[in-house]
Amino acid sequence: MEYFLQQLINGVTLGSIYGLIAIGYTMVYGIIGMINFAHGDIFMIGSFIALILVVALGITAATPVLMLVLALGLVLVLAMALTAVWGWSVERIAYRPLRGSFRLAPLITAIGASITLQNFVQLSQGARNKPLQPLISGDFQLTDGGADGSAFIVNLSYVQILIVLTTVTLMAGFTYLINKTSLGRSQRACEQDRKMAALLGVNVDRTISLTFVMGAMLAAVAGVMFLLYYGVIDFYIGFLAGVKAFTAAVLGGIGSLPGAMLGGLLIGLIETFWSGYFSVEYKDVAAFSILAIVLIFMPEGLLGKPEVEKV
Amino acid sequence: MSAQPLLRIRGLQTFYGKIQALHGVDMDVYEGEIVTLIGANGAGKSTLMMSICGDPQAREGSIEYLGENITGKPTYEIMRTGIAQSPEGRRIFPRMTVLENLLMGGMRSQPEHFEEELKRVFDLFPRLKERQHQRGGTLSGGEQQMLAIARALMSRPKLLLLDEPSLGLAPIIVKQIFEAIAELNRSDGLTVFLVEQNAYHALKLAHRGYVMVNGLITMQGSGAELLARDDVKAAYLEGGRH
Repeated sequence: MEYFLQQLINGVTLGSIYGLIAIGYTMVYGIIGMINFAHGDIFMIGSFIALILVVALGITAATPVLMLVLALGLVLVLAMALTAVWGWSVERIAYRPLRGSFRLAPLITAIGASITLQNFVQLSQGARNKPLQPLISGDFQLTDGGADGSAFIVNLSYVQILIVLTTVTLMAGFTYLINKTSLGRSQRACEQDRKMAALLGVNVDRTISLTFVMGAMLAAVAGVMFLLYYGVIDFYIGFLAGVKAFTAAVLGGIGSLPGAMLGGLLIGLIETFWSGYFSVEYKDVAAFSILAIVLIFMPEGLLGKPEVEKV
Repeated sequence: MSAQPLLRIRGLQTFYGKIQALHGVDMDVYEGEIVTLIGANGAGKSTLMMSICGDPQAREGSIEYLGENITGKPTYEIMRTGIAQSPEGRRIFPRMTVLENLLMGGMRSQPEHFEEELKRVFDLFPRLKERQHQRGGTLSGGEQQMLAIARALMSRPKLLLLDEPSLGLAPIIVKQIFEAIAELNRSDGLTVFLVEQNAYHALKLAHRGYVMVNGLITMQGSGAELLARDDVKAAYLEGGRH
């Protein structure tokens, strides 16, 4: 039971990171119907920007708590802003000129953008792993070791709490933005009928740009969390995290925001539990197998929108 | 009727790729008028309507609105100048509620006018008020058409472009919708440019009409004049008053 609880905590943490990235995939797919393969690398860029900022600001584990909180907050905001510029640029350079072209064209440039970003970081930052000493240490011990001290001790670390709280807050804010604000309504309008949205005075290009910016910001948050949680990054982390988050988006129903969140959580849980109870080596196989099984029976994903609509 | 037309189209040519859809269209719409454009399927009526909105953009010729040349402007800018369209096929946002669809329509006008406009379109189409929290995709065809017109009205347009509002609707609903258009024109002085296949109803409603054949205007005149012409009768009113 203790072991289960520990895996649950780890799974939810990992799932939060996947969920944040998955939103970027699902939003872009919803609005322009393409898979932004460079999105995982945007997450990686976010992580690197955060690392550079942490080093530049001289943040260490020895920084006093209040300073640490403020500095990390600053890192988060700056990383979001700078990563947003990257996300915006990718759309501007690699996708917008191809709008109206055949469907495969932007997919090809997406892969190109992904390779470019990876190689850029590899060249400019070096190919080696970049470690970061844990900045936030400490945890709550939820169970003791039992009478003889041999039982499994369940840990809930401060970083895990931070990750889950940040994710929940962002997702709540984001859901509000999409459902209740005029910008969110414009985005949904573009998603449902771009031509009509333009006929109502929506600047479609600008709305699409903003979608990339928002996706990149959330990916940057995931990048910061990834850095704090694992403490080591390299130029290649965007690939696997990206594929996982994409899987999460498809599992939840691509195009659906709650679906992306749910899918992220599920992929995180499946992966963690599989590693915990069966084998670490096969955790990716497990995650992708579940995806395949779900898609066989529910091709539109768990929360995908049914395509039947009255016209 | 003022001397300066609200909408002035000259020599308009529009292409889809290499295929020419409009071959030099001239047309005027004056303030306070209902002008209708009739013609067979594929004549280019909807293309003309969409060209006014800049999608697709005209390759030759000019479109002037309020004396300003709007040819070549992006669609969203044109649609912020007081032109609104209820397009062919209605294009309701299916996964938005009726109210959200109307909010989208009102995006361009001042937010403080929203309640006022909402009341106005609900008075015009009480049915929409009952359905305001229902998703657009679940409405019947007639309700969707009402919503499409209401959504266009939310921006307080000077010029309303209506593309085939009667398409696929029961005669009683068509009658309601045409009455609503007449009412908007009479009481608010709204200028309406109406594209219709239902030539009989359209010509009865309109002050003036144009007939389009293969991307060209072949006839024009007052609604009554056109209705009385034998060639119009033969080509568009055959089979009675559909």
